[in-house]
Amino acid sequence: MDPEAREESVGAQDSLALIEPGHTLGSITDKISSIVLTHRTPWFWYFGFGFSFIFVLILLYCIGALLAIGVGLFGIMIPVAWGFAIVNFVWWIGIGHAGTLISAILLLLRQKWRQSINRFAEAMTLFAVACAGLFPLLHLGRPWFFYWLFPYPSTMAIQPQFRSPLVWDVFAVSTYFTVSLLFWFLGLIPDLATLRDRARGRVPRFIYGILAMGWRGSAIHWHRYEMAYLLLAGLATPLVVSVHTVVSFDFAVALVPGWHSTIFPPYFVAGAIYSGFAMVLTIAIPLRKLYGLEDFITLRHLKNMAMVMLATGMIVAYGYLMETFTAWYSGDIFEKYMMMNRMFGPYGWMYWLLVLFNILIPQALWFRSLQTNVVVLFLIAISVNVGMWLERYVIVVVSLHRDFMPSAWGMYSGTIVDYAVLAGSIGLFVCLLFLFIRVLPMISIFEMRELVHEENAKNG
Amino acid sequence: MEGSSIYGLMAEFDNAEALLAAARRAFTEGFRKMDAYSPFPVEGLAEGLGFHRTGVPLIVLIGGILGCAGGFFLQYWASVIDYPINVGGRPLNSWPSFIPVTFELTILIAALSAFFAVLALNGLPMPYHPVFNVERFELATRNRFFLCIEAADPKFDAGETRKFLEAIGSQRVYEVEP
Repeated sequence: MDPEAREESVGAQDSLALIEPGHTLGSITDKISSIVLTHRTPWFWYFGFGFSFIFVLILLYCIGALLAIGVGLFGIMIPVAWGFAIVNFVWWIGIGHAGTLISAILLLLRQKWRQSINRFAEAMTLFAVACAGLFPLLHLGRPWFFYWLFPYPSTMAIQPQFRSPLVWDVFAVSTYFTVSLLFWFLGLIPDLATLRDRARGRVPRFIYGILAMGWRGSAIHWHRYEMAYLLLAGLATPLVVSVHTVVSFDFAVALVPGWHSTIFPPYFVAGAIYSGFAMVLTIAIPLRKLYGLEDFITLRHLKNMAMVMLATGMIVAYGYLMETFTAWYSGDIFEKYMMMNRMFGPYGWMYWLLVLFNILIPQALWFRSLQTNVVVLFLIAISVNVGMWLERYVIVVVSLHRDFMPSAWGMYSGTIVDYAVLAGSIGLFVCLLFLFIRVLPMISIFEMRELVHEENAKNG
Repeated sequence: MEGSSIYGLMAEFDNAEALLAAARRAFTEGFRKMDAYSPFPVEGLAEGLGFHRTGVPLIVLIGGILGCAGGFFLQYWASVIDYPINVGGRPLNSWPSFIPVTFELTILIAALSAFFAVLALNGLPMPYHPVFNVERFELATRNRFFLCIEAADPKFDAGETRKFLEAIGSQRVYEVEP
């Protein structure tokens, strides 16, 4: 069965629509663009933006302190030289993956349900990668020398070490950000033209006009545009798989027990998609409620995302299982100790919390009635977000704190600055999202028009 | 050039099917310098206007190949020629460890090519275009469909072309100022 036919039959069986009936090209356009073009900013926007901005200020304060005083403000020490900063980096970059998955992979698979969630999922990717990029930079100690990571003709006459996964990471993350930005902006161009034509004030007309670059919806332009969009999706698909693979190499290429494992690349990619979908749900559920977008982001979308979460969550669970199995089966004393220490050592409570948040609680998604229960979905999504952060903490910190020689063991805990920077990065992410939904259409208008056109043609 | 005081004639349609049919009729009628405008990509419309190859895939392929070769050469040059350094006895040209960066740069250059190719081939950014002189054209990004036959077309004749556009089902035909 081809994917479209299968999707239709699934839709018919569940009677959950992709878009509620009764919408026309005009009504879709007006509804989505009016969120941006209104003069009345809703109260919850001020509240949400203001509240998250407090955390941005905290972040800026901490960054200032880190630059002035140094990374000693973080809790990092020997043996745990990679603390919160790397945990947060991996967490954020993983969250970004869902956006690319929704916009690129689901496009190639011709899954129509991506169309009302891809725009803000892509924006989420950009902001998550921006937050992620912050951490390795701050962790460098002297962030103002970050450009040393790139090959350039320097007066020091040296070059980066291309055999190091840390250098691969620089290329992977910066490519990921650039390609995500291009993909997002290319998708925005027709919608910016819509805003240009719908805006009534001179200033918004001018700004959207500049950004739309004179887009006029010519058939020939659309033809090239669709081809380029498809190619970008095709390029972004292997990219998204490669990015978290390279991130996992940061660990897997090292010799530390708990890191040195061939299962890392696939298990990191699955974990990234898992946490990403959890974050998309965390954002989508309040957003559709507050902006009254239930017609466009329907229960069908939430249900599909829940199922993707369940599937990737099972892959992650399999990864945990295989890590444990490999540690036992290897017969390696350090591997075996690592696993025992992970489960029953001083940080054991964290491992069991992660099993609870990441594996046990999401099993509720097997129940059909819970897949469309927004409150339950939201809580499960939060649980996965927390669980995935704990997973990275367990991988990074718990593996490092006791490796080979007992004389080199130590205990790690984050400082107030660690927690403040984490909270600050979440604040920055939320703040950027609020800015985005205020000034740009959070749902792709032209793709929704396409969807309405097809649905109307289907229903006669 | 006949009718040089105007850019062309623009016909408005209610839906994509009507526009597609009109574009095909106009093409069979012999019009070549024309364009159709729609609020979303309409399948087959560009082909209906006689436009087939986009040229984008070739540019992306070339970009990808350049990114791949350039990316590998960058690492080869840095690690073998400019700054040879012995890491654990590995060969200077330890190509398997150069694959990730080569791959990333392939994607990066190919994606940049795709983005800039579509802009360049479409002639964007374009600060001025005559079609925007039609007041109703702002609905081309909402729910209306337009077909514009340019005065530069050899078959164009202000009176005849207007009649033709009305005959193929357009309720409204506008003159487009240059």
